[in-house]
Amino acid sequence: MGEILLPLLILSPLAASLVVFVSAGRLSACAVGTLACTGVGMSAVISVILSVMLLSGPATGTLQVMLWPWIHIAGFSADIAFMLDRISVVMILVVTIVGLLIHIYAVSYMHDDPGIARFFGSMTLFIASMLVLVLASDLLCLFIGWEGVGLCSYLLIGFWYDTPANTAAARKAFYMTRMGDAALLCGLLLLATAAGSLHIGTVLAAVANGQVALSAVNMAALFILIGALAKSAQIPFQTWLPDAMAGPTPTSALIHAATMVTAGVYLIARLHDLFVMAVPVMALMAVLGALTLLMGACTALVQSDLKRILAWSTISQLGYMFLALGCGAWQAALFHLMTHAFFKALLFLTAGAVIVRTHHEQDIFRLGGLRHAMPGLAAAFITGASALAGVPLVTAGFYSKEMILSGVWAAHFRLTHEWTLSGHVLWGIGLLGAFLSALYIFRCVFIVFFGKSGTTATGRTSRLMTIPLSCLCVLSLCGGIIEMPMTFPPLHLFSALLDPTLPPSHADEPGWLVLVGAIVPLAGLGVAWVLWGRPSPIMREIPGQAAVIRFARTGGGMDVVYDHLFVQPFRFLTWLTRHDILDHAITGTGRLTQAVSTSVLRSRTGFLDILTLGGRRGIRSADHLLGQIHNGRVRWYAAWIVGGLCAGLAMAVLA
Amino acid sequence: MPAFPFNDTVLLATVLFSVGLTGVLVRRNMVFMLMSLDIMLNAAALVFVGAGARWHDAVGQVMFLLILALAAVETAVGLAIILRLHAQGRPTLDADTGNLLQG
Repeated sequence: MGEILLPLLILSPLAASLVVFVSAGRLSACAVGTLACTGVGMSAVISVILSVMLLSGPATGTLQVMLWPWIHIAGFSADIAFMLDRISVVMILVVTIVGLLIHIYAVSYMHDDPGIARFFGSMTLFIASMLVLVLASDLLCLFIGWEGVGLCSYLLIGFWYDTPANTAAARKAFYMTRMGDAALLCGLLLLATAAGSLHIGTVLAAVANGQVALSAVNMAALFILIGALAKSAQIPFQTWLPDAMAGPTPTSALIHAATMVTAGVYLIARLHDLFVMAVPVMALMAVLGALTLLMGACTALVQSDLKRILAWSTISQLGYMFLALGCGAWQAALFHLMTHAFFKALLFLTAGAVIVRTHHEQDIFRLGGLRHAMPGLAAAFITGASALAGVPLVTAGFYSKEMILSGVWAAHFRLTHEWTLSGHVLWGIGLLGAFLSALYIFRCVFIVFFGKSGTTATGRTSRLMTIPLSCLCVLSLCGGIIEMPMTFPPLHLFSALLDPTLPPSHADEPGWLVLVGAIVPLAGLGVAWVLWGRPSPIMREIPGQAAVIRFARTGGGMDVVYDHLFVQPFRFLTWLTRHDILDHAITGTGRLTQAVSTSVLRSRTGFLDILTLGGRRGIRSADHLLGQIHNGRVRWYAAWIVGGLCAGLAMAVLA
Repeated sequence: MPAFPFNDTVLLATVLFSVGLTGVLVRRNMVFMLMSLDIMLNAAALVFVGAGARWHDAVGQVMFLLILALAAVETAVGLAIILRLHAQGRPTLDADTGNLLQG
């Protein structure tokens, strides 16, 4: 049963995507949407069935399916093989269920776009690739999915390709993630040479046995970390994600918030046995995650574009996940991945609905007072914002953030014998990030939905959009109750689910940690209310002139740094190769030869004239005949070549 | 015993080659002609790989890599020519229209 269902899980969106692509332009928009939703819906149903099957089995049970061997040579082998265990169960449920909700929303959102078939084809292909990535039990097979989601991301960011800025954003995302992919491939090759296989179980067993040298483990972990950082838009690769908002909003919700960018987190959690051995890499991961979450939150605080605020907040929340991973709190990272998928998809989809109803106005300062015009959307956005901020007890974000913070508090890194890095500093950064999260998202809420009204809203939000939004609202509110903090009633379904696969990371935490974690988001909310929310707010607009604001608004000037570090030297290199000395020398020699040959030609002209005059008549008649053959049509030439070849072959064979 | 007999490989390569050749001769669209050329190159490469498997020699696969690079270069040059023609003000992909030399 499971052996059939597992390939079918991937096959159904893949088949839907193929049919949609092939039938582009022949099916109506409604039919295309229905087809795509059916494909993803089927895989959602299958994933629920599979997870029930897996969870009713023994605690450490996995479902392995090997489809066919891929490469078998001496010293290395790779298969197309899939495995369902408790980590991938969480991921397939998130991917298919959130994916299905976003697909349903997109049917209505994209219904009058001429490229709807291309859109849904790419979206369902993305779901299929993501499932390959999540389920693969062989790292090379996982790499197929990894590249597939990158491709779909590129296709969908540049979906409206007639605007040059959109294609530039798509190319940027493609190049940035490609750098990480190259690093990831290096890591995989290192592991393959060391372990002789890329099967995840074999690799992890080889690492655990000490079969792989510690330096190789560190290098491989570092390379894989770089790949994950690029995919998840962490420092120093963060600049591609805000530009990726050029794509349609459902794409931003599905790929650039809920699923694809979390692939890095998933990969590291999947290979946690490898990373546990590489302590410096873990410390680097935690520090980079902490820096990213602070930087993303600060940048989100000064943005004025609604979708860009959400993009920077995604970067910041991914920073939390990397911080948790770096501290070894694997369950917390995956739990936050799940709740983040819910509330960030909700925020993006609500933002998309708001933008559609206000005639594609994305500047939050031109929106305003929208809670009267669209109370339902306002409620949905506030729900998502509360979950993102982690308003205590009622939202999912609170529980996952709390789990991360308690994991970080307990962590400590023994880098050398004398020098250890305590998790308390990182915990402080995480807490500051939680404050900033509440501040920036409620700044957005107060400016967009409260205050005096800006643009007028028209139309109604269609039923197909409101149903996914309400489902995501429920998930964002209740999705966190399955895992309570340690000091609360003993309800730990999520860690109970993952504990057989991941090393348990429960540590006794002081009760005041939970209290602080609960107060800080409320403080952020209060400060946001004072600054932007009251009837006479202190700040309507942040002064744009201050240098620090302009610096932060562009994301810390990383684009400029990249421009000077990589783009300009590359331009200089191409300039050099275009104007090189060798070329000048060759040109000079050519000129010299030309002059010499002209003089020689002149001296010979007299002699040649006599010679050619005689031959000319005879040649002209033959020339005419040959001229008929040389009609300049390349296909005729090809036909002559083939004819000659056939004749030559015939002679060779018959002689 | 190879999984796929050498005779079948050669037969498959012949069929592929014929398909590509027919494509080059019959299609007038330059992009399709390029694609057909690639099919022909791949047919040749397939023979190399098959022969390499038949005689247990890695040289066949090396030749395949060379042909792969060759095909990539050929496609790049062909596409560049098409783009140049387009930039020169000849917005057509019909190969038969480009038969007059104009300096």
